[in-house]
Amino acid sequence: MTVSDVRTDLGAEEVVERTPWPAAILGLIARYPLGAAGALVVVAMIFAAVFADVIAPYDPEANAYEYMFTAPGGQYWLGADDFGRDIFSRIIYGARTALFVGFVAAFVGATGGLVLGVASAYFGGWFDLIIQRVMDVIMAFPLIILALAVISVLGPGIDKVIIAITIPFIPQCARVVRSSALAIREIPYIDAARACGFSHARIILRHMVPNVMAPFLIMITAFVGQAILLEATLSYLGLGVQEPVPAWGLMLKSGAEEYAESAPWIPIFPGIAISLAVFGFNLFGDALRDALDPKLRAQ
Amino acid sequence: MRFLKSTLVVSFALGLAAAWAGGAVAGETPVRGGILKFVVGSKIPSYDAHMESTFGMIHPIRPFYSLLIRVNPENPSSPTDFVCDLCEGDVPAATDNGLKYTFKIRKDVWFHDGTPLTAADIKATFDKIVFPPEGVPSTRKAFFSSLDSITVPDKYTLVFNMKYASGAFLPAVAAPYNFVYSKKDLDEKGYAWHQKNINGTGAFTFVEHKPGAYVEGKRYEKYHHEGKPYLDGFRAISAPKMAVRLQAIRGNRAAIEFRGFPPKARDDLVAALGDKIVVQESDWNCALQFLPNHRRKPFDDVRVRRALTLAVDRWGGSKYLSQIAIVKTVGGVAFPGHPLAATKEELEKIAGYWPDLDKSRAEARRLLKEAGAEGLEFVLLNRGVDQPYRVVGTWLIDQWKKVGMKVTQNVLPSPAFYDAVRKKHDFDVTVYFNCQSIVNPLADVSAYISDDIAGNNYAGYQDRTMDKLFDQMNRSNDPAEQRRIMRLYEKRALDEEALQFVTLWWYKINPYRSYVKGWKIAPSHYLNQHLDNIWLDPHLM
Amino acid sequence: MYAYIIKRLILMIPTLFGAAVLVFVLMRLVPGDVCEIKMAGDGAFVDPEAIEICRQNLGLNDPVYVQFGQVIWGYLTFDLGTSMWTGRDITHEIGLRFQLSLQVAFMATLVAILIAIPLGTISAIKQDTWIDYVVRTFSIAGIAMPSFWLGIMIILGLLITTQAWFGDPWMPPIVYVSPFEDLAGNLSQLIWPAVATGYRYSAVATRMTRSTLLEVLREDYVRTARAKGLLERVIINRHALKNAMLPVVTIFGIEFAFLIGGLVVTEQVFNLNGLGKLFVESVETSDFTMVQQLVMLVVVIFVFMNFLVDLLYAWLDPRIRYA
Repeated sequence: MTVSDVRTDLGAEEVVERTPWPAAILGLIARYPLGAAGALVVVAMIFAAVFADVIAPYDPEANAYEYMFTAPGGQYWLGADDFGRDIFSRIIYGARTALFVGFVAAFVGATGGLVLGVASAYFGGWFDLIIQRVMDVIMAFPLIILALAVISVLGPGIDKVIIAITIPFIPQCARVVRSSALAIREIPYIDAARACGFSHARIILRHMVPNVMAPFLIMITAFVGQAILLEATLSYLGLGVQEPVPAWGLMLKSGAEEYAESAPWIPIFPGIAISLAVFGFNLFGDALRDALDPKLRAQ
Repeated sequence: MRFLKSTLVVSFALGLAAAWAGGAVAGETPVRGGILKFVVGSKIPSYDAHMESTFGMIHPIRPFYSLLIRVNPENPSSPTDFVCDLCEGDVPAATDNGLKYTFKIRKDVWFHDGTPLTAADIKATFDKIVFPPEGVPSTRKAFFSSLDSITVPDKYTLVFNMKYASGAFLPAVAAPYNFVYSKKDLDEKGYAWHQKNINGTGAFTFVEHKPGAYVEGKRYEKYHHEGKPYLDGFRAISAPKMAVRLQAIRGNRAAIEFRGFPPKARDDLVAALGDKIVVQESDWNCALQFLPNHRRKPFDDVRVRRALTLAVDRWGGSKYLSQIAIVKTVGGVAFPGHPLAATKEELEKIAGYWPDLDKSRAEARRLLKEAGAEGLEFVLLNRGVDQPYRVVGTWLIDQWKKVGMKVTQNVLPSPAFYDAVRKKHDFDVTVYFNCQSIVNPLADVSAYISDDIAGNNYAGYQDRTMDKLFDQMNRSNDPAEQRRIMRLYEKRALDEEALQFVTLWWYKINPYRSYVKGWKIAPSHYLNQHLDNIWLDPHLM
Repeated sequence: MYAYIIKRLILMIPTLFGAAVLVFVLMRLVPGDVCEIKMAGDGAFVDPEAIEICRQNLGLNDPVYVQFGQVIWGYLTFDLGTSMWTGRDITHEIGLRFQLSLQVAFMATLVAILIAIPLGTISAIKQDTWIDYVVRTFSIAGIAMPSFWLGIMIILGLLITTQAWFGDPWMPPIVYVSPFEDLAGNLSQLIWPAVATGYRYSAVATRMTRSTLLEVLREDYVRTARAKGLLERVIINRHALKNAMLPVVTIFGIEFAFLIGGLVVTEQVFNLNGLGKLFVESVETSDFTMVQQLVMLVVVIFVFMNFLVDLLYAWLDPRIRYA
């Protein structure tokens, strides 16, 4: 709804206004080289996920027993796993799983946090106090423990994984958004808007939400990386997506450790894929933070 | 690729040679001394084996206790070779038309607290197991349904009086769970005392248990088997992850793991450590099954169920899966190698075991079409344990894909898995397993009778013909007749009615440090775990 | 100040109570129970009656509100109850593992400090140079690598390199010894997980050090110091770093709290008998009572750490006053 509209508006006017876009991109790369590197990884990953069918040379789920444990080479670029499945194809398709979980969890979690954070700041009083206590309870649970508990209750599966990852994101984002929103609430124009008799919804959506967009966007990019990592960890603990679905964390489970010595390509490549993806999102997120954080920009 | 194959062949050859060498030196004179360190992949609940069932407690606790009779430590692969542990001489045969077993009890046995053992202790033990007072759980009580009473005519004589003759009684007595407790402890300290305390007559005395870390025992000098144990002590180290257990043996943090490793792990260990590793292998008394849920459409249709089994290439699976999972042998309902088990020729006549795979899969497709279930989609329920469940589950899905079925996997942690299979019956098809300690096919195949009679049939069907065959088989005293009925029983279960299926039998592979001597592999990881005959060769350490 | 402390302490009560309810409810929603796992977990035949007796004995058949009442009554009387899996006192079971987890948390924090503060400082001073980029890349890589994967790689590396160099493969001990008994043995086991987790946790702190230092360096008093002609090193060490430490301390405080219970995956990889492994095992066996108390322990530590960090803030920074 309006949230996404606002987001694109903001991006358009803050970053690329006036300069023609190729020059603007070059300028950004020069200014944020690490961020550009991150963006490159992110774009590559999205590309792999979207065109997996075209890029992957093999069916990622097809067992080929005569090729079990084939070392990396001409036939299987990154080798074959214990079922003779092509690791490269599984990594390419795995990008789909990772990005899907990453984006959905990050967006839902951050949006949930945004709504609660802004509402909490705007209404204040008892509402704020209760919401904050609930957030306290969730925040006090270590992320992985909460996810473990949720999966144990709901059972495994990609949708449940997303729920498990989303829940701890909500208070994290709500905290940050609330403190930004609190600062805005004190600015006289909110009072002015109230005095004009605008509805709560209108004030929140038109005046407060756009002003907390920067922390919101920063949280989202940070969450994508975290979510990918969490998904991998849950899969590693056997609570994430299940075989034969290609997913990076799952590729590190089971045989990967036992065969680490004689077939090191089985654990090494998926591990690199996870690290690289999270690395990319973090670098990108950092650059975004630098670009959006007014304090740093003022220098 | 070619390189990989040749290394595999070499390491296989090495492994076999090593195992053979291990067998050849069994006649050496044992050396006393040393601490055996071994890793255990499961957790210890209480110490009371009468109520527990996991190998996680058998491996570390069994060495503290003795049994009345046990599987022959020198011949543990035989399903019928029992020897006396606390009794004297040979294991007695039944008298009075199979209605009476009289045991002479050894007079040289003392509990670790100094109390001498008498027949009364053994009676108290089996009374607790078979006739527990209310509120005392006894997990395997039902195995003794043929037992009427236990009497002690004199201090060192024990008599089991039977309700009816049963070939299943002695194997039940020899089960590794029947730790003999002292009557004094049971009388004075109650039936729960053994859950947290240990006082046995076993080869080792209890030293320390650090929960989650290890259990330590040291040699019991007054142990009743002359000259044993050879070890000064043992340390059972908890290591839930397979990779850690493997690394522990590689890095010599432990000498052995008694459950079993996957084949590739064996090859890697042998490749890395050469003759410092010895391997023993055996068929394992665990059938890896898959059960269709008869309560659910379309699995109430025998054609669909037959298609499920016809799609599975067991002979090929044996070849490939035996490289990555702890399964290997193609078999029917009875433990392979047992006289009651089907021969290869007999198996090949059963659906799903046909030698012609193309014919089998064509028939599967035909049946699916006929039943209106082409491109059948369902969810395979599985247990969240890698070996062998998840590996075999992934393989099964690929097998079914070959006849056009679309199968996804739902892997649940053990508690949720049991809940779904046993209580809620919430599954389409599930991976399951039938794992027993003492090999006793007559009792082990009870999982195939109607679910209102069998306690462990979760496929959800009633088939009175199966029940009748099972009864006839158990009442017969003639092995040839038992075998004939077993074939009918098997054919009906796996083929004609397609009630539930065996994928492959487990295969136990124990690679261990070559300085460990005297241990012999059994067809179950519950058996032969008293450790009194193990010794360490100082020249190889 | 006292009013603030009391207010904060009172606010902890609903948080802790909420956490207690949340774990309790979550655990009762998880399908399956401990008796089934204990007695039928290995697939052998079990008498259904035995399972029922076990449930009865553990109170699993009691109404849920009775069970919850017992938990709360336990808190009020400082009795954490017994584990459903082993039947032993939970305080005893947790105590055994606490030492290990605490030590790893300390060591990991130490590793994190040793990495974060120098690197963060260098990165801030050399802002936007290649040194800054290398440092940031290194530290972000720490967050990006799954800690379990790093653990697997460390063990793999150790086994392979030691075999190549010394002929015999070496791996860290798999049984914990107290540092007071055998310091070398203790460290040779725990240094690896400490490095694996410490590196990871240093990433956030490095970034925090860098950004706060950047802010502080722009403050007036630093400019004044520069104008006075003080050496750059003195400015950084005496003035800037000291004042930049506040948020960094916060990060360490909060992360330390997380480390205690957050070693779940690392403990798996290195076979450490700590609270994380106990937690995973208790979930696997549906040991409701144990899970309840473990989670509450972590929550209590977290809540108190937060509280302490806030107090420290007030104490370190005279500008912050809580009325």
